[in-house]
Amino acid sequence: MIIIDHISKKYKGTDFYSVEDLDLKIEEGEIFGLLGPNGAGKTTLISMLCGLLKPTSGSVSINELNFRDHKKKLQYLIGVVPQEYALYPTLTAYENLLYFGAMYGLKGKKLKKNIDDSLDSLGLTPFSHKRIKTFSGGMKRRVNLIAGILHQPKILFLDEPTVGVDVQSKNVIMKHLKKLNDNGATIIYTSHHMSEAQDFCSKVAIIDSGKVIIKGTPNELINSVDGAKRLEEVYLDLTGGELRDYV
Amino acid sequence: MYKLIIATYKEFLLLKRDLGGLAILFIMPLVLLITVTLIQNSAFVGNADVQIPIILIDNDKDELSSSIIENLHKNDSFEIVRTIEGVTIDEALANDLVLKGDYQLAIVIPENLTKNLNTKVSQNVAEVLEELGVEEESTKENIEISPQQIRMYFDPAAQSSFKNGVKSTIDKMVSKLETEAVYKAFQDELEIDEVNFSSGELFTFLEMNPQKNNVDIKPNSVQHNVPAWALFAIFFIIIPLSINVVAEKNQGTFVRLKTSPISYATSVFGKVFVYLAVCLLQFLLMLLVGFYVFPHLGLPEFSINGSYWLLFIVALFSGLAAIGVGILLGTLANTPEQSAPFGATSVVILAAIGGVWIPVFAMPELMQVVAKLSPMNWGLNGFYDVIIRNGEFADIVPEISLLGLFFLSMIFISIYYDKVKNAV
Repeated sequence: MIIIDHISKKYKGTDFYSVEDLDLKIEEGEIFGLLGPNGAGKTTLISMLCGLLKPTSGSVSINELNFRDHKKKLQYLIGVVPQEYALYPTLTAYENLLYFGAMYGLKGKKLKKNIDDSLDSLGLTPFSHKRIKTFSGGMKRRVNLIAGILHQPKILFLDEPTVGVDVQSKNVIMKHLKKLNDNGATIIYTSHHMSEAQDFCSKVAIIDSGKVIIKGTPNELINSVDGAKRLEEVYLDLTGGELRDYV
Repeated sequence: MYKLIIATYKEFLLLKRDLGGLAILFIMPLVLLITVTLIQNSAFVGNADVQIPIILIDNDKDELSSSIIENLHKNDSFEIVRTIEGVTIDEALANDLVLKGDYQLAIVIPENLTKNLNTKVSQNVAEVLEELGVEEESTKENIEISPQQIRMYFDPAAQSSFKNGVKSTIDKMVSKLETEAVYKAFQDELEIDEVNFSSGELFTFLEMNPQKNNVDIKPNSVQHNVPAWALFAIFFIIIPLSINVVAEKNQGTFVRLKTSPISYATSVFGKVFVYLAVCLLQFLLMLLVGFYVFPHLGLPEFSINGSYWLLFIVALFSGLAAIGVGILLGTLANTPEQSAPFGATSVVILAAIGGVWIPVFAMPELMQVVAKLSPMNWGLNGFYDVIIRNGEFADIVPEISLLGLFFLSMIFISIYYDKVKNAV
């Protein structure tokens, strides 16, 4: 279970909180969606959850462990799929996965099997020995995902894993994530695709200005707004229709 | 250990795939070494095959100026120019030509130089002989002769070493002519034709080569230049390495590494091993150029008095020191725009302080102290110990110990800084 206890984050040189006094509990086996407009604090929150950022105040515990005292243990427990392509463009897909898998202590036949299975499952086997820089956006996204799940993490953090990909790639990615969840992985993911989140998540929280404005199952959220039939309508009703440009 | 091996393999692949960067890493140091050695070789052997054109204006037109011109002709370093496009050069034109940088030097021999020198010397000799009672007291009054100057115009861009060299050559020449004039005056006053005073030098300097283990230590220009510029090239690894570290920080891969159970030390040492191999390969290539290419370029063949293994030990520790700086710089910098110019400038500063261009003994006192703190100076001394001084392992221990400690402290600071910066 992940417990987020009154967590806040204020970046140096800014006069506002990107995440402010946020409380959440994420149960084991859930697919938890963090939804919100640009600049709402989703990436900041997920960065604190996976130990990349130090909270200004508050705490995060994952299975009763925190990053300050049990960083190594937690790093083996979690998997992270960043929004950016976290891959070396001049290395092949296989070389990238070999490197990132080895960093989790995987080696030999087990590492090779994990790489081959994942590549096969995500339709990348024919391209495994091609360099990443020659891949399309969808292919990069899929390799990016594999690099975060090779060590079969119990908890998986995904920051917009389907941004900028075609429907086919998105479909393959979501199916694979569902399979991981069926096998027991807890998934925390951010997205701007409301219909995707509605179908995929067991629970969602809508965040705006660094605060949770609503949380629950997608159906609970839909029922909470009069006349709403889709999560997107709830989202727009709660966050407003104005543009969220910020610097 | 397994993670370190894979991290090293990854760095190797990244470097191998960057063919342009790899070519620059290996070719540019060789170009630097060949260019600088070719240029500095002539300076080292005394510009024997280079003639510098100088303007000479002879207003004396007598014995003394003829001797000066004859001596300058004998000196292979100068080519005397007295006319330009058929016009005899006067002092005003000489001034203009030198000012424009067309000529490095103009020498103006004043009027009556011979006559005045002879008169002055004769008067002095006569006085001496009178004092000794050899001659009767002269009733003639001495003519007052003011000191005369041979004027030299130097190109404002001429280096002081060139100026000093020329002045010293002219001074020596004039002193010799003065001595000859004194001898001649004595001969004339004493009316002794048959005695031929030797005006040759009574003593000369002979350069002796120090010896170690019965081996003459006589370095050539290549033995001086190869280690100095090889070291300079080794330290240039700071630039690509720091850019590599910064680039990785700015890529998405950094996020993945920061959330993976891999220490910064593992990541850093993966780079250290690969870039150290690059440094040693660079060094090997530079030695091969010294052995096999330099003789074809009219340069002396590179040879060493000490052991090749010791040479590679010094190169290895110098490479480590350079890599330490590169890692620290990459860790501290946020963008390649910060690390690249800083890296390039710091290499040049370290080289200057380390004595690559100007020997440390010729530096001001304060800079001599600073030089002792420069890793490039430790590396240079280590190379000279092996290449020139026929040193043994014990001789290079102080230098390699300092280089090793320097590397460890750079890596320690980098890891500590990363730990503090990324604490959660």
